[in-house]
Amino acid sequence: MLGRGLLGIYLSVLVVLPIAALLARSSHGGLSAFWREVSSPEAQAAIKLTLGVSAVVVALNAVFGTLIAWVLVRDEFRGKKVVNALIDLPFALPTVVAGVVLLALYGKNGPLGIDITFTRTAVAMALLFVTLPFVTRSVQPVLLELDGSAEEAAASLGASRLMVFRRIVLPALTPAIISGIALSFARALGEFGSVVLISGNLPFKTEVGSVYIFGQIQNENLPAAAAVSVVLMVLALIVLAALSVLSRARSKHVH
Amino acid sequence: MSTETPRSSAPGGSSTKASRLGLRTVALGYLALLLLLPLAMIFYRTFEHGLAPVWKAMTEPNAMHAFWLSIELVAIAVPLNTVFGIGIALLLERGSFRGRGVLGLVIDLPFAISPIVVGLALVLVYGQVGWFGTWLSEHGIDVIFSVPGMVLATAFVSLPFVARETIPVLRELGTDAEQAAATLGANAWQTFWRVTLPAIRWGVVYGVVLTTARALGEFGAVSVVSGRIEGQTQQLPLYVQDRFENFDATGAYTAAVVLALLALATLLAMNLLTRRTRARSKLAPASNLNPEVI
Amino acid sequence: MAIEVRDVTKRFGTFTALDDVCLRVGDGALTALLGPSGSGKSTLLRIIAGLETPDSGSVSIGEEEVTSTPARTRGVGFVFQHYAPFKHMTVADNVAFGLKVRRRPKAEVRERVAELLALVRLDGLAQRYPSQLSGGQQQRMALARALAPQPKVLLLDEPFGALDAQVRAELREWLRRLHEEIHVTTIFVTHDQEEAMEVAEQIVVMNAGRIEQAGAPRELYEAPRNEFVMSFVGPVNRLGDAFLRPHDIQILSHPDESSTEALVRRVVHLGFEVRVELTLQDGRDVWAQVTRETTQELEVEEGQILAVRLPAPRVFA
Repeated sequence: MLGRGLLGIYLSVLVVLPIAALLARSSHGGLSAFWREVSSPEAQAAIKLTLGVSAVVVALNAVFGTLIAWVLVRDEFRGKKVVNALIDLPFALPTVVAGVVLLALYGKNGPLGIDITFTRTAVAMALLFVTLPFVTRSVQPVLLELDGSAEEAAASLGASRLMVFRRIVLPALTPAIISGIALSFARALGEFGSVVLISGNLPFKTEVGSVYIFGQIQNENLPAAAAVSVVLMVLALIVLAALSVLSRARSKHVH
Repeated sequence: MSTETPRSSAPGGSSTKASRLGLRTVALGYLALLLLLPLAMIFYRTFEHGLAPVWKAMTEPNAMHAFWLSIELVAIAVPLNTVFGIGIALLLERGSFRGRGVLGLVIDLPFAISPIVVGLALVLVYGQVGWFGTWLSEHGIDVIFSVPGMVLATAFVSLPFVARETIPVLRELGTDAEQAAATLGANAWQTFWRVTLPAIRWGVVYGVVLTTARALGEFGAVSVVSGRIEGQTQQLPLYVQDRFENFDATGAYTAAVVLALLALATLLAMNLLTRRTRARSKLAPASNLNPEVI
Repeated sequence: MAIEVRDVTKRFGTFTALDDVCLRVGDGALTALLGPSGSGKSTLLRIIAGLETPDSGSVSIGEEEVTSTPARTRGVGFVFQHYAPFKHMTVADNVAFGLKVRRRPKAEVRERVAELLALVRLDGLAQRYPSQLSGGQQQRMALARALAPQPKVLLLDEPFGALDAQVRAELREWLRRLHEEIHVTTIFVTHDQEEAMEVAEQIVVMNAGRIEQAGAPRELYEAPRNEFVMSFVGPVNRLGDAFLRPHDIQILSHPDESSTEALVRRVVHLGFEVRVELTLQDGRDVWAQVTRETTQELEVEEGQILAVRLPAPRVFA
């Protein structure tokens, strides 16, 4: 009982009160004020950029994440275990370090002579880095379960490799890929640390939602910060809730 | 988060061999360009002029302060989240009460919310203009732009890991052993310490590793609540940014390398632990919301 | 100590697991709760142990009413169906658990553990872990662990359910002898009538949350109170509303006034016992349980027409 009380206080102080305060602040001036903040040109640009770049990143993740998972499960080469372990690096590496790391190679003084700093490419690259593990890690166990016998059977029936992939492998992997995509997308929507150094945070060009919020906090424009915060939070929750509904419907279907 | 060593299958044949090699090249090439080469580059850049400048950068007073502040934040946030995380897991798995769904949602929120938003939400409660701002300043308590705020931010973002790692282990354990302990005369406390905790310990440790990694690396939320005052409210990730923005590449790279090494140590620990708890997949989403996002 | 259950009802949602159940178990008795799955027998056992709380009714152990006493102070020893071993503890530590949580002196704990391990014949395995034991050994460890704190009553939930046939037979015999040795009031749950008949002094037959009949094995077999007990305790032939036991059907060498004719459909040799499947004159099928000698003497063969004498069938209102 004492434990439950303490737990209640802890969660209230840490999570519930702050989120309540955020919601309260964003709805302070009513819906019209909220809308005004969200539809200011700079906020609009930031939200649109966030959604656009996240969509591109997620599409790339779907392709490369699945490919990497396939290679890690079905291929055999030296150092596979190490590669497999390193997939999780973006989860373990502090996001600001991810930004610094990317700049070390692709920044102004990089050895390749490329400079991506302050471009949308840089934003996309940072997001690709931090969301790398999601698709791979959700596809991998499904591929492991899919023991290859169905593929072999299809091949023995004369199906080409491409056909086997499209008809047998891909349908089995789709739920896992969607789940990885949803998690990547939710993560990309709120990402800050890896983007902040690399993007230059140019309004209307490379400023994503989280960076916009940060700027508004610095400018003590809390209503704008709170409104856009709520937009990002609700978008992420919708994506994750949809994923949860989808996976529940699916598990009902299976059993 | 890592899976067992996968087995290989699929028949041979020269055309499949070629396409397989092709796929492998593309996949590894992508990983190299995005992950490995940038990481290797930062290590190279850090050590290209020998150890002396690195040592100098590391022993810089502000660097030392940032390092110890990071340790301090971890030392407070991780034990708190471990104790409460185990408590939440027990409540969700063993308790029966109204509002379980709400509790599950609350502890998953940190997964769904941008760190910047976390920082802002904390400011709106504990900052000068926040709900408790006036009361706190009347009593001379600094939260925002000070270490307590950083503790809150760090604890918020690393809240779910212990609970989320412990829940599936508790579920798998079942209640038989705990009930057996009860019929043998053990009280709730004895049952927890002697029966439940030893059985779930590797799940808890795994959660602690993830919590620690997340707490060490937190950037967005603390950058809002800390005020980023040099030598006072700068932990290691904030120090990296500070050095970088002040064109001190060596300082930034050195601190980044320290954090990268800690991340690699985390990966190693995760892999060792996965072997201990090999029975279960780390990836099956334990909750209705997001599984593991550091 | 005697156990008394009065008017206990327990529901799980809309499912009634126990419906106004009363039961008395005498001091030192060895009792079986017998019934099909879902009959409420495990729920009743768990309510006696304090692992479930009844919606209404009461439970007493000895003179003491224990309905609201938690499991840990009830003084019951409970053996779980899957043994519920503490996997991270050695066999000795498992057995010592109930004594350690009571903070008994170390020397006493050591002595008692050694004594119990000898009793369950696990002396040499004290330092093993449960995962290194066979199913039967884990079962005996669980029993020693339950007995260590000297419980007032011993409760076993499907104690032999997860074991293979041979180990099962051995353990039944052994449990019976153990009970003679320590004489603690014991209740075990089973769905196997043979097991109940072989081990228990008293059998309580349960069905759909109610007790159908309680009594000595022989009493239940010979004087079942209703058709459920009749068909659950021992094999049965059903002829419309009437029931007869297969071993009560006699095969005669010569027909007489009380006999009737029957066609032998099939003869199944099960060792000493032989199952003869018959079709009666009126076309109904029954089977008779006879000895090998009978079939040899009478040269019973498939396709033959025989004289059989049917017992007076039992009819339950």
